[in-house]
Amino acid sequence: MASNLPPKPTLEHSTTTSGGLAHEHHERPRGMLRWLLTTNHKEIGTLYLIFSLTMFFIGGIFALVVRAELFQPGLQLVQPEFFNQMTTMHGLIMVFGAVMPAFVGLANWMVPLQVGAPDMALPRLNNFSFWLLPVAFTLLLSTLLMPGGGPNFGWTFYAPLSTTYAPPSTTFFILSLHMAGISSILGAINIIATILNLRAPGMRLMDMPLFVWTWLITAFLLIAVMPILAGVITMMLMDINFGTSFFNAAGGGDPVLFQHLFWFFGHPEVYIMILPAFGIVSAIIPTFARKPLFGYASMVYATASIAILSFLVWAHHMFVVGLPLVAELFFMFTTMLIAVPTGVKVFNWIATLFQGSITFETAMLFALAFVVLFSIGGFSGLMLAIAPADFQYHDTYFVVAHFHYVLVPGAIFAIMAGVYYWLPKWTGHYPDERLGRWHFWMSVIGVNLTFFPMHFSGLAGMPRRIPDYALQFADFNMVSSVGALMFGVSQLLFVWGVIKCVRGGEKAPAKAWEGAEDLEWSVPSPAPLHTFDTPPDFKPVTH
Amino acid sequence: MNPVQRTVFRTVLALMGMFAFAFALVPLYDAFCQVTGINGKVGDQPRSIANEEVDTSRYVTVQFITRSGKGMPWQLEVEHRQMRVHPGQPTEVNFAFSNNSGKALTGRAVPSVSPSQASLHLRKVQCFCFEEQHLEAGERLEAPLVFQLTRDLPPDINTVTLVYTLYPVTDSQSQLQAQTSPVRGGGV
Ligand code: HEM
Ligand SMILES: [Cu+2]
Repeated sequence: MASNLPPKPTLEHSTTTSGGLAHEHHERPRGMLRWLLTTNHKEIGTLYLIFSLTMFFIGGIFALVVRAELFQPGLQLVQPEFFNQMTTMHGLIMVFGAVMPAFVGLANWMVPLQVGAPDMALPRLNNFSFWLLPVAFTLLLSTLLMPGGGPNFGWTFYAPLSTTYAPPSTTFFILSLHMAGISSILGAINIIATILNLRAPGMRLMDMPLFVWTWLITAFLLIAVMPILAGVITMMLMDINFGTSFFNAAGGGDPVLFQHLFWFFGHPEVYIMILPAFGIVSAIIPTFARKPLFGYASMVYATASIAILSFLVWAHHMFVVGLPLVAELFFMFTTMLIAVPTGVKVFNWIATLFQGSITFETAMLFALAFVVLFSIGGFSGLMLAIAPADFQYHDTYFVVAHFHYVLVPGAIFAIMAGVYYWLPKWTGHYPDERLGRWHFWMSVIGVNLTFFPMHFSGLAGMPRRIPDYALQFADFNMVSSVGALMFGVSQLLFVWGVIKCVRGGEKAPAKAWEGAEDLEWSVPSPAPLHTFDTPPDFKPVTH
Repeated sequence: MNPVQRTVFRTVLALMGMFAFAFALVPLYDAFCQVTGINGKVGDQPRSIANEEVDTSRYVTVQFITRSGKGMPWQLEVEHRQMRVHPGQPTEVNFAFSNNSGKALTGRAVPSVSPSQASLHLRKVQCFCFEEQHLEAGERLEAPLVFQLTRDLPPDINTVTLVYTLYPVTDSQSQLQAQTSPVRGGGV
């Protein structure tokens, strides 16, 4: 792979570009305090990424408990009550603890570098939004040890399962979700403020790299829907502790209202988890195809229309609650409409590849796998969007297959692609390509072994979130469990690769990849703690 | 205000607006459902019989489902599980509450209609679901339901299911409140 790289420029200390600022910061706290008090976007970005990786492994272990129980029919390893806590915690941790913080971490690192800003607009707030997370998730995890156990009602916490019938620890669950939500909101404010106000002179909105664009739109989604989530869990809190009846039919409330409110947050939330991934892939594919991104403007418009449409489709999660026919039709068609801008994106990525001079560095491998496997998830989404068909698919493993295809080889592969892509900028070293390829292929095979059979078990009627199943699903489940173990183990290769890259490896120049054009590649590798203290000279590339 | 402060100020305004919107959705949802009749809730007030000719050319099957919610030691029985009525025809059917527990309790039957569109064409003249019931230990209480399905019931609806779920009424849920706002969420 190294043969594809441009000749390396001299790597010596880059005081000229970064203007060695160490002397301006007297007595930086050292050790733990340094990380606790840091307001530097790169350090906070690193903290976010480490936190996310930790959560990824904790959530992964919970998933493996689930898969171990489902390895064979019958109940063998865990009690059903504990199984329910595992499925719930797995979902909550992965969504709010792994995927979202990983994207915020990447934004912290890369948004200022890509728009030519010296730091995030609100550095202290940035520190606070990060440190809310460890507190929130320690609290959430501690509910597992409380009497009555942790949350056991699924990551969607439908009332009244999560109110009337919930374990006593639910109040702590609500508190931790509030904290995680505030963290995301503050992160979103910061990102919006940075992108709108701190761009390098001369950089117009339509000159911004797509990762910045997709994050700007994601941040607006967060501002719009995180308060709705906060409202829903506040209502739950009041139903549980203060005798209100928002979701309690006995007191005149309505459990279906819970689902409407939850999915009004929840569907935009799934796009919050995929739009930044689109941005990452839109950076990587042009780099390794050595061609500018095809259809930059249409990418921006497609992202924006996906975001707007995402507010009009929520009830596709509720086709079976007894919606009137007009509502079924409305939500069926709006959902299918989302496939159009999504298709535009996939088309643009493929068109970018067309006649490019492509190389297959690990980052590119993950990005290409993203395009293919995410599309599979898009197609199963389209099948689920067909309201009459969803009556059969709903709450089966088919849904599980769908959202894992969009989230694992979708969001998570994009995050990994981003990590491999930007590691040279972060550490100054290239990641080990051989290790990267092992990680990639083990992950791809593991993911497909795990989730592809779930399409079949789901279509055959296997319900989700149940610790036992009928005999005819045994083979599919065994394959899924083996795949899950393989995927889980191969993530150790990822950690190994990252650690190896931090500690050494082939040195990377400022512009680590031949085809990489954005501003972050104009600062030295590794990026010094302070960059762009004077705004860079930005020359728009024609898209 | 510098530009960053202005951006932050606007986003915080939007945030507060959305938080308020979440709570505003509760009454909005109820109002919307009541107008369109799409969530199967029927009014909480008795209504008069619509004076219209009985459509003897058409039969509609009306089914009754009764059940007890969590923590409710009562039973609700119905005289006929299923009956066939003509649109326009007022019908009476008897229900019986029995308190199988050893202590006096106040309870309430919460109604729901399926398919939901039918709720717009269902007029309840008399229903035990309009009020709470108080039953002594072991007591049995008969209560009638008088209803009418109006003639404008859409022709594709051939079966209407009325569901009654029994819930205990705790002291904290005041009797009056529960009576005046049984279809509104959020009432204490
Ligand atoms: C073409 C695009 C998509 C379509 C048409 C689509 C459609 C659907 C539908 C109809 C359901 C409900 C299935 C049911 O519960 O019966 C569903 C579930 C789900 N989708 Fe998608 N989807 C799409 C893309 C995505 C993306 C990009 C993500 C996330 C990155 C996502 C994440 C999810 C999740 C997490 C669920 C399940 C939620 C749960 O019940 O736990 N989907 N999708
Ligand atoms: Cu959705």
